[in-house]
Amino acid sequence: MKILVAVSKAPDTTAKITFKDENTAFNEDGVQWIVNPYDEWYALVRAIELKEAAPDTIIHLVSVDESGADVILRKALALGGDEAIRVNCKPTDSFSVATQLAAVAKEGSYDLILTGKETIDFNDGAVPGMLAELLEIPCVPVATKLTVQDGKAIVVKEIEGGEQTEEVAFPVLVSCAKGMAKQRMAGIRNVIAARSKTIKVVEPIAVDQLTQAVSFELPPAKTGVKMIEAGQEAELARLLHEEAKVI
Amino acid sequence: MSVLIYIDHADGQIKKSALEAISYGAALAKKLNTTAEGLVLGNLSEDLAALGTYGLSTVHHATDEAFDKADAQALAKTVAEAASKTSAEVLIFAANANGVALAPRTAVRLKAGLVSAAVALPETENGFTVKKVVFSGKAFAHVKINTPVKVITLTGNSYPVEKTEGTAAVLTLDLHPEASKVTITGIQKVEGEVPLTEAEIVVSGGRGLKGPENWNLVTDLAHALHGAIACSRPVADDGWRPHHEHVGQTGIQIAPNLYIAIGISGAIQHLGGVNRSKTIVVINKDPEAPFFKAADYGIVGDAFEVIPRLTEAVKALKG
Repeated sequence: MKILVAVSKAPDTTAKITFKDENTAFNEDGVQWIVNPYDEWYALVRAIELKEAAPDTIIHLVSVDESGADVILRKALALGGDEAIRVNCKPTDSFSVATQLAAVAKEGSYDLILTGKETIDFNDGAVPGMLAELLEIPCVPVATKLTVQDGKAIVVKEIEGGEQTEEVAFPVLVSCAKGMAKQRMAGIRNVIAARSKTIKVVEPIAVDQLTQAVSFELPPAKTGVKMIEAGQEAELARLLHEEAKVI
Repeated sequence: MSVLIYIDHADGQIKKSALEAISYGAALAKKLNTTAEGLVLGNLSEDLAALGTYGLSTVHHATDEAFDKADAQALAKTVAEAASKTSAEVLIFAANANGVALAPRTAVRLKAGLVSAAVALPETENGFTVKKVVFSGKAFAHVKINTPVKVITLTGNSYPVEKTEGTAAVLTLDLHPEASKVTITGIQKVEGEVPLTEAEIVVSGGRGLKGPENWNLVTDLAHALHGAIACSRPVADDGWRPHHEHVGQTGIQIAPNLYIAIGISGAIQHLGGVNRSKTIVVINKDPEAPFFKAADYGIVGDAFEVIPRLTEAVKALKG
């Protein structure tokens, strides 16, 4: 089995989000970068678990980003994976990323492509569906369980108010959410071993810019909390009913 | 030229998120001086002409029951065909499980720019720019779409369902899905609970509740309010509650009218997932809990005493 895992660089979950250049660009000063949690905790770790169960499995990682993302790819390689591919361009929107990933995926003819359900910075969740459409393969988005059996994937995904189990033959793309795998840490030996793994750099193909973020804003700050004494819960219920008008 | 809204339905009912998408699409059509038209795929016996009350001029219905089991790849092909047939300029989907699967594929087929998780009507005065959630709720971006055909998915609870007068013309579309590669082998619904993403009121518990055996505090209050239940990440990670109830940056992001957080300190990762809630109530025994800074109402106190009293007060109010 050959698996491709798409990973993305993302700001640490505790990062304070600010903007610069009159709110037209994300202020990266002082931001710690991590592997996008959905890509790492769920997609990559599940791929590694599948390889542990079937050791002849090959795992390739891929990221669309500039050289600053190599440190993130090394971090991902320390968890597992045989080699990484970096498409050398700035990720500008979901379609451009999906187009670059599609070129890599076509080259490698993978049975299974795993991604996170979305990145925690742009939150489009669109790359999995776009990539699958470009490759003309099925996609199961926002999956919480994945098992592999006789050349097919058995996937559980979230639907409104419950879960749905689906079966689909390879090749297939699955975007991964919480529940898929147990978060793990890379041991020091694996971190050292990852230093000698290959990161293959490929140049991007031409792609049209279909969308672009032109400005950013922060949500308005709350004007101040109204504190209610413990014991006065009836007063809180009254305020929610009469003042906030939400119950 | 038209705005085409994909009308998502399940179990013979149009989803609330689809009604929000219709209202949003109708308002956008008005802005663009064009018509709002609906697209229904599969078996749905509801009175589709009545969707005119939400501002649709026409509902296109492809009635083939095979659509009910079709996968996103087959559905996207049909939606793209319908979009071409109706000369749709903008396509609207609810940003729910089906929308997330369908919209990106449809956008690729139509070579259309996509904005996911929109929270407001597009600005159309100077180009076409849509406000969307970024950084998992910690910020918003205004994203410009450069293509002639545009696709938008609308975040739940971010646009009100608006009802007026009107009747829609219902036209049958002669479209049929290709064979699906994905087979649905089981559906497990959680009975009796309000789906978290569609809920107007959400009651959420954290580590402060000390253990899963105390969750009746949360569920009793949620039931009194007809709301959904949720939890913080540590609670889901420790297995006290299922993962699909986890709200926050790496869980589900929600924007209900009322969010009540019990025993949750309010780490930045949690706030990102809930800070678009219209009213936030925080109940915590620690007066220094950072969540109070993001709240509208707060009570410092022991959840084991405060919550039962609040549940009784809500029941009394609702009579």
